Amino acid sequence: MPTKTQLHELYYWMQLTRILEEKLVALYRTGKVVGGVYTGRGQEAIAIGTAYALEKDDLLAPMIRNLGSLLVRGFCPEDALAQYLARATSPTRGRDCNLHMGDLGKGVIAPISMLGALIPVMAGAALAVKIQKKRSVALTYIGDGGTSTTDFHEGLNFAAVRKVPLVLVIENNGWAYSTPVARQTANPEFVIRAQAYGVAGFQVDGNDVLAVYEAACKAMDHARQGNGPVLIEAKTMRMRGHAEHDDAWYVPRDEIEHWKTRDPVDRFERYLRETGSMSEEERNTILRRINGEVDRAAELAEQGPLPSGEDAAGGVYHETT
Amino acid sequence: MRQHDKDLHPSAKVPSVREEKLTEGRESVGVALQSALVHSIGAEPLRRMLYYMMLTRELENRIERKLYRQGKIVGGVYVGRGQEAISVGSCTLTRPQDVVCPSHRDMAAFLIRGMTPPRILAQYMGRRDGYTRGRDGNMHMGDLKLHVISFVSMLADNVPVAAGVGLAFKMRKEDRVVLCYFGDGATSRGDWHEGLNFASVEKLPVVYICNNNQFAYSTPVQLQMAVENVADRAPAYGMLGEIVDGNDVLAVYDATRRAIERARAGLGPTLLECKTFRMTGHSAHDDASYVSREVFEEWERKDPISRYQRVLLQEEIISQEKIDAMQRQVIEEIDQAVDWAESSPYPEPEDCLRGVYYEDDE
Amino acid sequence: MSPTTYLEAIRQGIWEEMERDERVFILGEDVGIYGGAFKVTEGMLERFGAHRVIDTPISESAIVGAAIGAAYMGLRPIAEMQFIDFISCAFDQITNFAAKSRYRWGAGVPMVIRGPSGGGVHGGPFHSQNPEMYFVHTPGLKVVAPSTAYDAKGLIKAAIRDEDPVIYLEHKFLYRRVKEELPQDDYTVPIGKAVIRRPGRDLVVLTYGAMVYIAMEAASELVKEGIDLEVIDLRSLLPLDKETILESVRRNNKVFVLHEDTRTGGIAGEIAAVICEEAFEYLDGPVLRVTALDTPVPYSPPLEEFFLPKVPDVLKTARMLASY
Ligand SMILES: Cc1ncc(C[n+]2csc(CCOP(=O)(O)OP(=O)(O)O)c2C)c(N)n1
Ligand SMILES: Cc1ncc(C[n+]2csc(CCOP(=O)(O)OP(=O)(O)O)c2C)c(N)n1
Ligand SMILES: [Mg+2]
Repeated sequence: MPTKTQLHELYYWMQLTRILEEKLVALYRTGKVVGGVYTGRGQEAIAIGTAYALEKDDLLAPMIRNLGSLLVRGFCPEDALAQYLARATSPTRGRDCNLHMGDLGKGVIAPISMLGALIPVMAGAALAVKIQKKRSVALTYIGDGGTSTTDFHEGLNFAAVRKVPLVLVIENNGWAYSTPVARQTANPEFVIRAQAYGVAGFQVDGNDVLAVYEAACKAMDHARQGNGPVLIEAKTMRMRGHAEHDDAWYVPRDEIEHWKTRDPVDRFERYLRETGSMSEEERNTILRRINGEVDRAAELAEQGPLPSGEDAAGGVYHETT
Repeated sequence: MRQHDKDLHPSAKVPSVREEKLTEGRESVGVALQSALVHSIGAEPLRRMLYYMMLTRELENRIERKLYRQGKIVGGVYVGRGQEAISVGSCTLTRPQDVVCPSHRDMAAFLIRGMTPPRILAQYMGRRDGYTRGRDGNMHMGDLKLHVISFVSMLADNVPVAAGVGLAFKMRKEDRVVLCYFGDGATSRGDWHEGLNFASVEKLPVVYICNNNQFAYSTPVQLQMAVENVADRAPAYGMLGEIVDGNDVLAVYDATRRAIERARAGLGPTLLECKTFRMTGHSAHDDASYVSREVFEEWERKDPISRYQRVLLQEEIISQEKIDAMQRQVIEEIDQAVDWAESSPYPEPEDCLRGVYYEDDE
Repeated sequence: MSPTTYLEAIRQGIWEEMERDERVFILGEDVGIYGGAFKVTEGMLERFGAHRVIDTPISESAIVGAAIGAAYMGLRPIAEMQFIDFISCAFDQITNFAAKSRYRWGAGVPMVIRGPSGGGVHGGPFHSQNPEMYFVHTPGLKVVAPSTAYDAKGLIKAAIRDEDPVIYLEHKFLYRRVKEELPQDDYTVPIGKAVIRRPGRDLVVLTYGAMVYIAMEAASELVKEGIDLEVIDLRSLLPLDKETILESVRRNNKVFVLHEDTRTGGIAGEIAAVICEEAFEYLDGPVLRVTALDTPVPYSPPLEEFFLPKVPDVLKTARMLASY
């Protein structure tokens, strides 16, 4: 059971993610973002509940809906903003977009667009951990759509056979772009896939940050103790279009309305209030802090220069300096 | 401690969901079922199955133990000795318009579909009359007129292809099915996953048949997957998985019949796992020193051909004399096929240039 | 000391690197108990243990993906493709994950992907390919293809020590056919450096892999006709040793490229472009090509022979060029 401080931290990360994404959407609408904006709205509990369960030397590889995981692991709002604004000051210096950023010092491996590709890579990172006899675990995510890829299968199977400490979270948000889960799999209970690979499987309400956190802690313990990979299926809903250009007209309205009542931020806030874990005063302080941070980060990011054209060259290979 | 929300899933179901048994298992058909099957299949098809098993055995023995050693085969040789019951028991059930996608240990599938020993041998010898006219070797052959789709080396590449064939049948509302074969090792490939998943989502008329011969080259199945059975993977795809004794041709027949019925009824694909053993090295150059003598001896006792012969004798479907005569016939057939193949010329070198793209005279 | 085969040279190179650097490990199908389909990793399981010699499932994408992840974690993986033809199954991990990583976010991927390539052994369309150009077209990768036992050992060591992903193409035709005495001492062969196998004065052929021997044979024929052919073994295709190529072109003024890979989109086209851009005024004739045909690699001996470049093809082209 998290302490009061931890509960406040979780709340902070949830709200920071939400407010930062709202800022990104606002910037997108004014045409300042280069490319699309993909949010994890409605799924914040998954990114945060899992990343918050990591220990210092653990490894993380985020997918596009996991801004929260990156924040928890030490990336700051300005990093994400500068990435979306293609600035020279962004972690990839404008070479790659959105959340495609990593930092091995933080134990964060950058994703690529190809869905599933991170799974064998994180299986390999976990293999290295095992070879090096460290006690870290590797955490990564995949969407319901991404489960249909080659790499989901090869990566998870490889991890299972080698019994490496990998925790793979399936974020089942009902949709892969315009494709509903029913067209992605004939068995929508993704947790059953654990059985196909001989790994432990947990199913969790992905809109309940405490439940996610608890499942993640158990999964990480299991993996850390040498019992092999764990598959977590977190059930949730994508509350916006695939990206901001998409109004998700193909998603039935009542589905959205139904899930609105389960909003993970609202629910957690209600929980904190009802259990007396956070006063109105404390809540306001946290929100004020977040708004200040996000506004300042946006200002800084916008002030950051675009890279100069020549910066496109170099850095393809190792350079001895 | 849980946040209260009544209509939500119980969160964090711990531990895993592994207890439930989701696959049907059948060691081998029992005596009663055996008799029932024998009667429902009928004497003629039963004898034909024996013939194809023996023909396959003889053809592959000749290729591996004679022609290969004489240096007459070009390239590698992979045989399915000890696994003949799988392709015979399943492919026997196909109708002329059905399609098969065999893999590298399914010689009988080629034979049953009407590809002939002379041309198959010519194929193995790189001759002009081989099914690929010398362009490709060994079991990398097909014949679309006979609805046999050629295997490519990349294991499991045929799994999504079979789904595509099934998709065409579904789109055109044709009463046809596809049989697709692969080994235990092939199941680790992404294409296997993508293909099965797609077939199941679309409820395509495909029967996926795994020969689990417990090895992939030198790799034992425990290093291939962390589950006991390939069929354990079927539920992940919302597909029916079934395990059969792959050395019992009647068991394979029975399970395939059910799978085909399901496919024809629009109930989608089945994953049929046939437990068997590879009674040779991976290929003719491999002495399989990593497999113990005892294991080979144990499986020798389960040889699918002698076992089936015993059943047919017992059920008085065939006499020992007829079996001996069948063996002589098979040998003669292969003798003639070898002569024919050896007299087939090598292709003209310039023929190499043709057929990369569509040509008008095809 | 007895001469070392090309195959044994690769094995020794890997072995010595695994002794020298505990970060080096190997993963692939049947590399452990069996010692690899061609025995390149024979004895390694016994010597280095199952945590450094890893038998994998038949999952090329996972083999390469896992190698990338382990490289991020500071290890030095060597991923074996049982036949290089199966590298197509790992294309995404190689071209999208490994190749772009350093450029995108500064995370280098020091790893080697190696396997038997090439034809001449009647392996048919799926066990004979030369896939180099899929990867030469991908910035971020390095591609090498040794032709001698000395280079095989020196280049595998250089590849393992390199900070970037290297695709190391072994030629299976050469595995047991070429051998030579190797130095006792540790050495590497630098990536990106070609070598003059035979100096000449009249014209130069640029080649690599098994074709080096075809070129050498042709050269000894041509001498009898008074044509002095220089033979350059490229060894590395990416990066290309432009300096050595251009220097030779400036001396010999006539040049052709010989490769076992198919013609269209082969490295010959790239080399011709480089020469035209940077040494056009030194040319006394067109840049010609001797290559395999634009078909899949056929299986039957007469077809494969026809498909592959042969000594007479080289002679014909050399004579034609010499007559300019
Ligand atoms: C291999 C691959 N194919 C296609 C795409 C294009 N694409 C990007 S996201 C997406 C849908 C992803 O759905 P899902 O995995 O459910 O994740 P979600 O977006 O719902 O979080 C698609 C098709 C891709 N990125 N990678
Ligand atoms: C994608 C791919 N990787 C590697 C190989 C090399 N290879 C050929 S057969 C084989 C083992 C196959 O094992 P399995 O699928 O169990 O079939 P079996 O030979 O046992 O019938 C391997 C590794 C291949 N053909 N394709
Ligand atoms: Mg097998």
